[in-house]
Amino acid sequence: MTDPMSSEANNQDAQDEQLLYARALEIGMYIGLVILFITFGVYVSGIMAPAVPLDRVSTYWHLPVHEYLETVNQNHLHLAHPPTGWAWLTMLGKGDFLNFIGIAILGGVTIICYLAIIPTLLRKKDSAYVAMALFEVIVLTLAASGILAVGH
Amino acid sequence: MKVWGDREELPSVIRTGTLFALRLGPPLFALLMLLTPVEALAANEALAGSAGEAVSWWVWPLVLLAVTFLMGIVAVLGGVGGGVLFVPIISGFFPFHLDFVRGCGLLVALSGALAAGPGLLKANLASLRLAIPSAMIASTCAIIGAMVGLALPTHIIQTALGATILGIVVLMLMARKSEMPEVRRADNLSSALRICGVYTEESTGEQINWKIHRTPTGMLLFVAVGVMAGMFGLGAGWANVPVLNLLMGAPLKISVATSKFLLSITDTSAAWIYLNQGCVIPMMVVPSLVGIMLGSFIGVRILRVAKPAFVRWIVIVLLLFAGAKALTKGLGLPFIV
Repeated sequence: MTDPMSSEANNQDAQDEQLLYARALEIGMYIGLVILFITFGVYVSGIMAPAVPLDRVSTYWHLPVHEYLETVNQNHLHLAHPPTGWAWLTMLGKGDFLNFIGIAILGGVTIICYLAIIPTLLRKKDSAYVAMALFEVIVLTLAASGILAVGH
Repeated sequence: MKVWGDREELPSVIRTGTLFALRLGPPLFALLMLLTPVEALAANEALAGSAGEAVSWWVWPLVLLAVTFLMGIVAVLGGVGGGVLFVPIISGFFPFHLDFVRGCGLLVALSGALAAGPGLLKANLASLRLAIPSAMIASTCAIIGAMVGLALPTHIIQTALGATILGIVVLMLMARKSEMPEVRRADNLSSALRICGVYTEESTGEQINWKIHRTPTGMLLFVAVGVMAGMFGLGAGWANVPVLNLLMGAPLKISVATSKFLLSITDTSAAWIYLNQGCVIPMMVVPSLVGIMLGSFIGVRILRVAKPAFVRWIVIVLLLFAGAKALTKGLGLPFIV
């Protein structure tokens, strides 16, 4: 009987999905970082006006997050509710909120990587890892969705 | 009573201490030298803030860039992630609220892990089969940790952060790493999940077959690792490596690489909670990210000539300093340095 733990074949089995994951991660990471650096350049150079003026940002960042959001909304944004969750999508015309595109890509690339390897795992009938990968996608999507709200 | 007449007779501990003091690396020295004026600047700004005379907007991002650059060098030399240095130091000495520091710390640790992940996976040093079950538990618990961390009052989190950092110092002092732990027989769970692998040891060219044991206990510990990562915004490499290496018996290289890759998943879940709560300020995130990345880049080059034991002490001193600062800040006590 073959010892499953010493077989190099096991390692080769792992290679397909591992390399696929690595490729997806590499592409997503580079896209996210490049966009983040470009949008930050746009923000600090003043090409696109920010919602909160650059010289006012430092007067708010010592506040707890809820107080920060309330104050910034009251003084600059004038929205019905302070912007949490995916509300930044509606303010992409502002230089500071533009930066969230790159941040969201960096946060989302892992979900894409997991989705990318599921077909390979299915093809190999690796049901335990298919289940775990699907569970991870659900967990990360739930975290990203903004459904899980917190109150101080 | 023995009298220490000349230098040769000095007890070894004093000699070692003197040597250590004399050889304190420039990065650590520069970092410590920067922190005192940074704290003074923060205090001045707090006073001036009410009068509307805060410092120019570009000063803080620039200082953050300089400090995180040095932090990136020290982190690489000491073999720790940037997050574990970032959160206690930045929350202790900068004017930013802990909510934003944790959000930023997670993104800094996440970016570092995302950048390192592809290379580690391609080299077959990070194991996807080992990371997937560990990440499933750690990332789920990181969400819980983040939610609890954001719900608790700041002084409690700051105090707990200080205690955790001092605990990490104790762990670093006590834990012994094992290059190639002996695993006589893989446990049933790791056998069923086929968590094993082969990698080539570059220094010897030897093909190393590895397997793990005590998988259920290890997975249980990832519950605590995840909660702490989410609660404090720390990367969790300091906890991942001992669990993977000392407990589960993965070779040190596999443990370090898988831990780094694991952070890209654990920190993603917690980072989304902080991001959705509004705890991310781009003016803090981008300079920190650039600083840590550039510092890591330089750190890797210095690492070739640096002495590992010495740089490990640099990180321990730095963490002791930052942990004590966080603890005293949380308890409202004065910090005498």
